[in-house]
Amino acid sequence: MKISVVITLKKDVLDPQGKVIHQTLDGMGFADIKEVRQGKYFEIDTKENDKKKAEEKVEEMCKKLLANLVIENYKIIESQ
Amino acid sequence: MNSSVITFPGSNCDRDMHVALKKFGFKNKMIWHNSVELPKSDIVVLPGGFSYGDYLRCGSMASKSKIMQSVINFAKGGGKVLGICNGFQILVESGLLPGILLRNKYLEFICKNVFVKINNKDNSYFRGIKKKTLELHIAHNEGNYFCSKKQIKEIENNNQIALYYSDERGNIDDNNNPNGSIKNIAGIFNKEKNVLGMMPHPERMIDSSLSGEDGSIFFENLINNLK
Repeated sequence: MKISVVITLKKDVLDPQGKVIHQTLDGMGFADIKEVRQGKYFEIDTKENDKKKAEEKVEEMCKKLLANLVIENYKIIESQ
Repeated sequence: MNSSVITFPGSNCDRDMHVALKKFGFKNKMIWHNSVELPKSDIVVLPGGFSYGDYLRCGSMASKSKIMQSVINFAKGGGKVLGICNGFQILVESGLLPGILLRNKYLEFICKNVFVKINNKDNSYFRGIKKKTLELHIAHNEGNYFCSKKQIKEIENNNQIALYYSDERGNIDDNNNPNGSIKNIAGIFNKEKNVLGMMPHPERMIDSSLSGEDGSIFFENLINNLK
């Protein structure tokens, strides 16, 4: 089973890289952007075939390593 | 006094730390991150560098390495643990210290001397230091200390702020904040004050012919306090 997870910065955390990307896109002519936030994406291919169990395991991985909950949120976006 | 410096893959200030500790009288051992047991130590030091290439988040991989469980147990039993730079990042990722170190506000690697004001001298790291500020070296890309509003309140209430970025006279303001850290925080303690994480490198300031000597003040004082 392949689980896809997206990790994003929490709202009140400053994202200087996102800001610079925003400015650069502005400079390229993409003028109508309100905000850019940079995040991380993981694909975890696991031997577990039970969807619920696999997602639970990945949640545990997020809490213990993949995300730092002081600044980040995680979200499983696809399991197949 | 016995000290242990942990070397992770990618640590690069471990040898400087070894030299500094030895210079001021510590009997130091270098410990590889894959070891399970810590030798008998009066202080354990997590050195600076780029452990695991700063993958995922700085310090996140190293905080899960084998030796860290022993370091965490040692700290929870009251043992002194000092983390410098990447060592500080490893301490926050391991949960021994609150908060996290984010990318510097202006996205540049900072490598320069700064002054830090000692905020709390009621602990084994700074008790006895007469100077109000120390001139130390910083070299980091992720030194922007961040924590939640609730955490910062707790940190302040428990007097856990160890060092602030300041000017030579101890003024703490935005002009003397190199990386965007909240409240100009350069170093913090755990609640019990036996664990200290700081971004500045005292081990780089122990030789007057190379740099300054305010690092010497730190190490001389440290070994006296631990005796």
